[in-house]
Amino acid sequence: MSDTGSDTEEATENTALIMDGHIAEARPDREIAERIARKRKTKSETQRTYGSVEPTENSGQGSSSGPGPSSAPVTNNSEAQIEELELKYGARHVIKLFVPVTLCMIVVVATISSINFYSVKDVYLAYTPFHEESPYAVTKVWNALANSMILLCVIALMTVLLIVLYKKRCYKIIHGWLILSSLMLLFLFSYLYIEEALRAYNIPMDYITLAFVMWNFGVMGMIVIHWKGPLRLQQAYLIFIAALMALVFIKYLPEWTTWAVLAVISIWDLVAVLTPKGPLRILVETAQERNEPIFPALIYSSTVMYCLAASTTTAAAGEGEQSSRELRPLNPHGNSEAGNVRESGGGDEGFDAAWQARANDARQQTGPQRPARTLRVDGTAPAQYTTRVDRPQPHPHPSPLADEEKGVKLGLGDFIFYSVLVGKASSYGDWNTTLACFVAILIGLCLTLLLLAILKKALPALPISITFGLIFYFATRCVVKPFADALAAEQVFI
Amino acid sequence: MTVAEFFSCSLLAFGPPLVMFAMTVANDPVRIIIMIAAAFGWLLSFLLSSLVWFAVVPLRSYLAFGMVFAVIFQEAFRYGMYRLLRKTEAGLKEISENHEIGSNKLEMAYVSGLGFGLMSGAFALVNVLADSIGPGTLGLHGGSEYFFVTSAAMTLCMILLNTFWSVIFFNGCDEKNYLKIGWVIKSHLFVSALSLLNTKGLYAATIIPSYIVLVINAVVAFQCAGGTFKSFVQSFSVRS
Repeated sequence: MSDTGSDTEEATENTALIMDGHIAEARPDREIAERIARKRKTKSETQRTYGSVEPTENSGQGSSSGPGPSSAPVTNNSEAQIEELELKYGARHVIKLFVPVTLCMIVVVATISSINFYSVKDVYLAYTPFHEESPYAVTKVWNALANSMILLCVIALMTVLLIVLYKKRCYKIIHGWLILSSLMLLFLFSYLYIEEALRAYNIPMDYITLAFVMWNFGVMGMIVIHWKGPLRLQQAYLIFIAALMALVFIKYLPEWTTWAVLAVISIWDLVAVLTPKGPLRILVETAQERNEPIFPALIYSSTVMYCLAASTTTAAAGEGEQSSRELRPLNPHGNSEAGNVRESGGGDEGFDAAWQARANDARQQTGPQRPARTLRVDGTAPAQYTTRVDRPQPHPHPSPLADEEKGVKLGLGDFIFYSVLVGKASSYGDWNTTLACFVAILIGLCLTLLLLAILKKALPALPISITFGLIFYFATRCVVKPFADALAAEQVFI
Repeated sequence: MTVAEFFSCSLLAFGPPLVMFAMTVANDPVRIIIMIAAAFGWLLSFLLSSLVWFAVVPLRSYLAFGMVFAVIFQEAFRYGMYRLLRKTEAGLKEISENHEIGSNKLEMAYVSGLGFGLMSGAFALVNVLADSIGPGTLGLHGGSEYFFVTSAAMTLCMILLNTFWSVIFFNGCDEKNYLKIGWVIKSHLFVSALSLLNTKGLYAATIIPSYIVLVINAVVAFQCAGGTFKSFVQSFSVRS
């Protein structure tokens, strides 16, 4: 960790290189991009915006693209490349997020509908002292609001704590924290999950086998998430962790608190990401200033890019092989002593919650950073190219592989809250509601990504999706369900 | 028995559409997005129609009323999808990997129709299927034991019909051919009205005409997409 600086330098340049290769070869159809570039009126404005987000890029951008779209052809061209990149970051990557989000939801919904444990309310989190047991609606409402406010405060506190730690470069503490929480999820909550699953399906299993399975599962998860491993496996673990966390929320939050929390969290997401002094924004800005990826345990990435390390990254990523990738800020040896001890039970939930909230800004990396890197390439690429790459690769990667590099990232928190919404919807046993929420969330995600492509700045992924989801949940439950049930019962097809 | 019924009914209803999805839609991201957008459009139309049904309290027990509004809203949203897709055609072309997406104008119509149909089919059947897996069985208390099978068959019919309707409708909109649009709306109303007979247990009277309409729509959609009898025959001879 002593050579953080050089590490990050290299990482950036390597990614830049990838982008360069991608541009150089993969996009022969410039004219479309140029047309878009000319079409864009808001260009200067957006540049200003992410200029403020990311100071490092101003140096690169100032020289190449000061006046805007109508400048010299070279400028236009590079602009066009950015445009192209941003747009290319469309369709396929949207699907790359759809699939994991869908999988996560499926895990949650399947669990909810097959295992009773998660829909029975008996124990509650320490953060939700009001249990909504009163029969009066008013009491329930203020209970739910108070609970969600308490939870929000915890999340905000944890986020601030994380930012302070990050600002002070206490990486070891942060990673100890993350490792501890993922340890708990992977062992304790997985154990609970497996136990309940076995119970639900009435499968007998001895403790020795269970311990063996749990140990292998958990240790492999820790290795894959925090150190290295095949990308698919890592993604699978992250999805599973998100699903587990969502199940925990569904199980341990009181009925209406869950809905209140969903609403409050999405507003918090909005505030934390978009306001100039929002904590998540500060975190991302800091990360971008330092050219570091945000903690890998918090982000689902559709590619390996976020954990590209100093070593042979370009080649490795280009090949789509993960053997040589490493999580940069994380040094495996520093973990054990770094964990700050948390109290069990409720406390852990707390930092998991905060953890998700922080995870939300993971996706912010995708938007703003890219242009900066592409622009910076022009100067540095050739030199870096020859020095870094250990495999003889001429500039262009084959285009599909090059496309792979531009991964999309979504915070695990978004996964969790999407799944909470869908899982909660399914816990009432109406599949129409579940489906409606599912489609609404996917459309919300689509719109968010569309906005990301248009605005090119960090965007919170929760608000649109969760708003849609909530609207459709309540509408479906109150209005659509009776109609649909009547139609189904009478076998009237519309 | 219940499990077998569940699987047979779900495969009967969703098997062909899923195969269509897997073979034509699943490998193209843009198509998936269009499909989900169409599903969302259907959802909105259904929400509106159930709002109307819900708001008009005295007519709530008459499903015919809600059905008519549902058909109208669905066709309105089909038109909305048409406008949306034609507006965003250029943008979709840019975000897609293959720039061919708009080359066949009815490709999007097909995809959005499939999305429409799948969503409507899912809404019609998914709760029924969830009930079919048990506990309990049908045919007691004078209920028909063909309930699930007919529901599944009608769902399949509606899904396919929605796909064809979208193709015909989009083509009609492109060509300003109001006959086709009218045909779509009329046949939609006809099939939906026919399904009112299901309540009385006249399944044969519903399903057979519905499938006849389906075949007619398939032929019309095939012609709208530029197919002829000759090309139809050719498509078989080339493959074999």
